[in-house]
Amino acid sequence: MRYAETGYNLEVDLSRGNIQRVETDPKLTELHLGGLGTNAKILWDRVPPEVEPFSPDNLLIFGTGLLDGTFAPGANRTIVSSLSPQTQLMAFSMMGGFWAPELKFAGYDKVVIRGKSPNLVYLWINDDKVEIRDASHLQGKGAFEAQELIKRELMDEKVQILSIGLAGENRVYFASIEHGRSSASRGGMGAVMGDKRLKAVAVRGRKDINIAQPDEFKKLCDEVWDYIKVRLQTPIRGQIPILESIGAPQEMAIHDERWHTTNFSWGNARQRRKDYWTEEVAEKWKNDLDNARERLISCYNCPLQCGGLIYYPGIGRYTMKCYTKLTYAMGAFSDLDFAFRIAPRAQEYGVDGYTAPQVMAFAVELYEAGILTDKDLPEFPENNEERFFYLLDKIVRREGIGDALADGVYWAAREIGKGAEAYDHNTIKKHEQIPIKLGMLNPMYYIMWSTGEKVNITQMEGQIPQAPFFTEELKEEFIKDWVQIPTGKEERFRQFIREWGEGDNVFPYYPPIDLICELVDWQETMHYIDDATGICAGFSAFPLKPPYHIHNLPPLISTATGINVDEDKLWEIGWRNRNLIRAINIRRGLRRKDERPPEDHWKKRFPEYEAKVLDEYYKYRGWNSEGIPTKETLDELGLSYVNEDFEQRGVYKQKKIKVTKQESTKSEKAEVAKKDSKKGKNQTSKQ
Amino acid sequence: MKKVKVIKVDVDKCNGCRACEAICSAVHSSPMYSSTNPGKSRIRVIFDPANNIYMAVFAGEYTPAECAGRYTYTIKEKKYDECAFCRASCPSRDLFRDPDSGLPLKCDMCEEAELSEPACVTVCINDALTYEEREEEGEPAEIWGELKVALDSLIIKYGVTAVEETIDRLASGQLVKTKIAKN
Repeated sequence: MRYAETGYNLEVDLSRGNIQRVETDPKLTELHLGGLGTNAKILWDRVPPEVEPFSPDNLLIFGTGLLDGTFAPGANRTIVSSLSPQTQLMAFSMMGGFWAPELKFAGYDKVVIRGKSPNLVYLWINDDKVEIRDASHLQGKGAFEAQELIKRELMDEKVQILSIGLAGENRVYFASIEHGRSSASRGGMGAVMGDKRLKAVAVRGRKDINIAQPDEFKKLCDEVWDYIKVRLQTPIRGQIPILESIGAPQEMAIHDERWHTTNFSWGNARQRRKDYWTEEVAEKWKNDLDNARERLISCYNCPLQCGGLIYYPGIGRYTMKCYTKLTYAMGAFSDLDFAFRIAPRAQEYGVDGYTAPQVMAFAVELYEAGILTDKDLPEFPENNEERFFYLLDKIVRREGIGDALADGVYWAAREIGKGAEAYDHNTIKKHEQIPIKLGMLNPMYYIMWSTGEKVNITQMEGQIPQAPFFTEELKEEFIKDWVQIPTGKEERFRQFIREWGEGDNVFPYYPPIDLICELVDWQETMHYIDDATGICAGFSAFPLKPPYHIHNLPPLISTATGINVDEDKLWEIGWRNRNLIRAINIRRGLRRKDERPPEDHWKKRFPEYEAKVLDEYYKYRGWNSEGIPTKETLDELGLSYVNEDFEQRGVYKQKKIKVTKQESTKSEKAEVAKKDSKKGKNQTSKQ
Repeated sequence: MKKVKVIKVDVDKCNGCRACEAICSAVHSSPMYSSTNPGKSRIRVIFDPANNIYMAVFAGEYTPAECAGRYTYTIKEKKYDECAFCRASCPSRDLFRDPDSGLPLKCDMCEEAELSEPACVTVCINDALTYEEREEEGEPAEIWGELKVALDSLIIKYGVTAVEETIDRLASGQLVKTKIAKN
């Protein structure tokens, strides 16, 4: 018997209409746990680097975390993995909600989609009965509209559905996969789903998820519950409101948005408005939020309330996640009222709430600079808000200039040309980043922005404060019960909090490089562990002093699964999973040259020092100077097969990658994909 | 005097997380906490975001037939289906029936598990569920264990005699043997 996991994956070939229930190798659980780890293993084994994102040979994997479906609070994440059309690298996009636990209760750990359906279909998983069903009547429907229609069709209110909207159907590179108030947004997973002509996956499960050592596991879960209750009552003093508690930033609950609106950049990550948050603004935002928000809502088995049920006059009722509250408002230099009006439409279309507003703000900038003209944007409205609605419609239909913009800022800038490249100033690895521009280089964030496989800082950071505490009292208060620190680092990390900000102990030359590596390692590794267990980062890797940490996770995993895991072993699994994902990207051409934050991310940059920090970090990780995991590292992690593949392909020998050639090949391929997608567009825009 | 135990439901405080369902199914699994399966939970959240309805209902009596009632109630401008309030394990829906055996499930206030309060209340830290005990006139209510709920439904369906006979045959090992022989 398998514990915590079901031990089966569902393999669906949409080209042939074949469905198989396949038993998985328990050894892989020991090596990678589950979720992202085992997703990566499948992609490494079955998707060679020659495969393009929009190829029938690309796989789209809906994975569940190892602890999803157990009664461990907050274990509910769905991990969607595939190749990203935008970055051309492995993407892993994650979401909370209810879908993953339901899949486990139906008896599967993953759904692995391969091939391409000739017609638009949806998948209906009802315990052992699995059907590929016609979805032609859902073509062009909004993501949530489609979910409601499917529920009615199946006559089952308890079914959990993930789906794409028009953006996914038209293969917009930043199309999301939507599910209730959650979405797998980053990396264009919705586009891959649309390319496979898969509109939705509906799941209903009624089976058991078993626990290996019930009493022990229950006791550990009780301790987590107790800590959650205490932690919710004790916000961390000396922190801004959104960082003092646990969970995703409680955007739907809090009124004070001074920090976001005055520190992050507006428009195309362009302008900081330090004076924005006046009393008048605060009052208006408070009223708008209180009038619109009917209820705070959660994901499966989690008491936090990171989402909101919104009722807006003239629009109706919809659910909203934390960051869409601000990204559209700030992208359009507008306000919360505008956010409440555009978010539901964007969600029905199914686009990434981080990327979409930036792409639209980028288009507005190009128009104002005369690079895009009235010819490109016929009848372009005067008003910024209306412009956003206009652009959103063009993008999701790939109409006119929307076709270029639908590929995101990086690719659009190169297609538009005429100097548009200069306006692509906020992407890393061709992916739009959160809009923040700062003064002094932060060497820890430099490493995480540069090297993170997630290409998304919000899910790499955590554990340590973003700025030093102001007083000794606050520092001592913070470190006195800081139980989350990894074994052996206690004194070192506490001392860091004490020293940081004192005298010369400021960025960029503090902390020393060895300490930078250790602190970054802690932040990143905790996320890789979460992504394998399915525990929400809001309870674990993201906040300060979270309920889950490196000391209680090993016994939780052990008692749930029956597999013996200790702190060292868990750390090693985190590293193994990360190296495997990196290996997939290395095989697809990722090198050191790609690992850089935007030039203007900090005003004060130190190129020589940055190179040195990156060198040392690569060494710390066991990677060579190009960022490629060395033979020794791979052997140590039990990934010798990766090394063999690298040797065969001559990965280590390619000292200098032929940048221009590779770029051009990729754009050529993108061209082909686009032509292809135009065909797809014609089908759908008639709707 | 009898002790009356009540789980109070505040529909405005529910955030729809279904922690109650998860822990209920774990408490009632055998051995305790050995599995989770909301399909076996004795409390279910009626979940309808499009109408802002989030309502926990805990399982009541088994009923062998559907009722005729199909009213809707409007409370605070929200329309509730009559079934949304109904706690019965009833043939019209798959709520509160064991998905494996089809036998009815009934909330026992976690008495069989001997917990100080129902487990669903403990995990509902937003207080959508609260627990109350009070004394009332009358005979103490009997605790309805798992087996009794199941047998009761079988008696309603097949009659006392048939159930008795089957149990006798089971007790003599007859049916068990047949099953083993078949395997």
